[in-house]
Amino acid sequence: MRIDPDKCVGCGNCLPVCPMGAIYVDPASNRARVNGDECVECFTCYRGMSKEHLNPTLVRAIRKTAKFFRFRFDPEPDICPTDAIVPEELTWPRIVRRAFSDPQVPHESTGIHGRGTAEVKTNDVTNRVREGEAGFVVEFGRPGIGARFRDIERVTKALAELGVAFESNNPVTSLMTDASHGIIRADILDEKILSAIVEIKTKLEEVPAVLRKIRELSREVGTVISIGVSTRCDGVGEEPLREILEREGYRAYRGKTNLGLGRVTTVHD
Amino acid sequence: MTNTLHRYSEHYAFERLPNPQPVNDDFIVFAMASRGVNDDDLITKYRAFLRLALKHNPVNIGDATKGGVLRPHRDLNPTAHWKRDQLPNPEEVIAGIEGHTTVAAVFENYEDMKAFVDEVRAANLGVSVNISAPMDAAARCCRETGIARHSVEYSLGFCGRVDKLPDATVLELSTMCGHGMLSANFVKKMIEWVKENRRSPAEVTRTMARFCICGVFNVARAERILDEARTKNR
Repeated sequence: MRIDPDKCVGCGNCLPVCPMGAIYVDPASNRARVNGDECVECFTCYRGMSKEHLNPTLVRAIRKTAKFFRFRFDPEPDICPTDAIVPEELTWPRIVRRAFSDPQVPHESTGIHGRGTAEVKTNDVTNRVREGEAGFVVEFGRPGIGARFRDIERVTKALAELGVAFESNNPVTSLMTDASHGIIRADILDEKILSAIVEIKTKLEEVPAVLRKIRELSREVGTVISIGVSTRCDGVGEEPLREILEREGYRAYRGKTNLGLGRVTTVHD
Repeated sequence: MTNTLHRYSEHYAFERLPNPQPVNDDFIVFAMASRGVNDDDLITKYRAFLRLALKHNPVNIGDATKGGVLRPHRDLNPTAHWKRDQLPNPEEVIAGIEGHTTVAAVFENYEDMKAFVDEVRAANLGVSVNISAPMDAAARCCRETGIARHSVEYSLGFCGRVDKLPDATVLELSTMCGHGMLSANFVKKMIEWVKENRRSPAEVTRTMARFCICGVFNVARAERILDEARTKNR
């Protein structure tokens, strides 16, 4: 993402809007600039802000006059007055940033908008996680911190040593050169993204050991990790996972419940 | 995507609290089809889902590829600073559905959510439907509507460099957009504006909701949190 210096009036509205804090007003030019290394190409500034199309010279003159008299203008906080935010054409490997940061871009490997797969949200028709199995969604960088693939690889390598299976349709898995060892392709390791989800599947009885490993590894990475664990219920809607989690000291307060209302309706020739 | 899974509340405080406040005002129901399985006549199914939701007082509805009932505007004129169109537009959400996406409805009380789930069950749309909420509330809803839960997914909260995270009030608000489009710094700024009486909680809430691009931001809960934050450090 780039901010057009010819249009920017240095109002600063876009600064707090950036989830990564990557935008700042350059004191030399009094224009907003994007720190390209910290920007994750999430498009929040470009898409989330409303836009006016005012004349930059006029706006600067008004701002300068108000500033001289120490007047505080109280504009709407989510408007770019001159439409100065400009997306750039992204090439490899930077394009990976957008794939994992802008939820409106479907990832090529999944066809799904977002950073993971459908997980258990469609388990009633896909049966990806079965009774006796646990599906993990280990999300790096969320909430609002961001992550680099180098940190993610540190964890995927260690998880691979536990013998877990990485979900083959997951975007992070698709960027591994060796999924059996959790190795991610080298040319993207320094890329920063808003968040990425690693999905693995284990037996239910392996849940405590995997969780312990993830928490242990989380102390070695430079970001936050959010964890979700899923399973399939039995015929009457009961499941043993919650008891396992609570026994291990985890708070299983909130989550998702698949109601089992999905069914095959598409007729194939 | 786990966009509604990790909504922060006192239950996920980093130092465990003895009596965390129950979350009684945040219930999301969403529908999602699978390619080649149940995506025939998809747009009709999604629109029917959201039309049913509108009967039960949702505080937001959304299409994950287009946004919720409050969206940014591409072409404002300067009068917006004094007189801005802040009205939610659910019809824009329904009319804008074009194909594969996730559609969601957010409710601020259990009864509305349950009534909606009951109607969705009866409508037999064929797409996968999930409740994202406190697990006990979802389980109760299933029991009371005669649904046997198929699968569950628990949020276990956050670990790692939690020292980098903002305070609890900011997290409660910013994690209502699970995709991370609502910046913690922006939330902090909006809390300050409410405290300074530069904007009301209702105005700030609508401003924040425009950043959530899948429409799962709970405007009613956010307004309550901001109103409380106005007079104290929560």
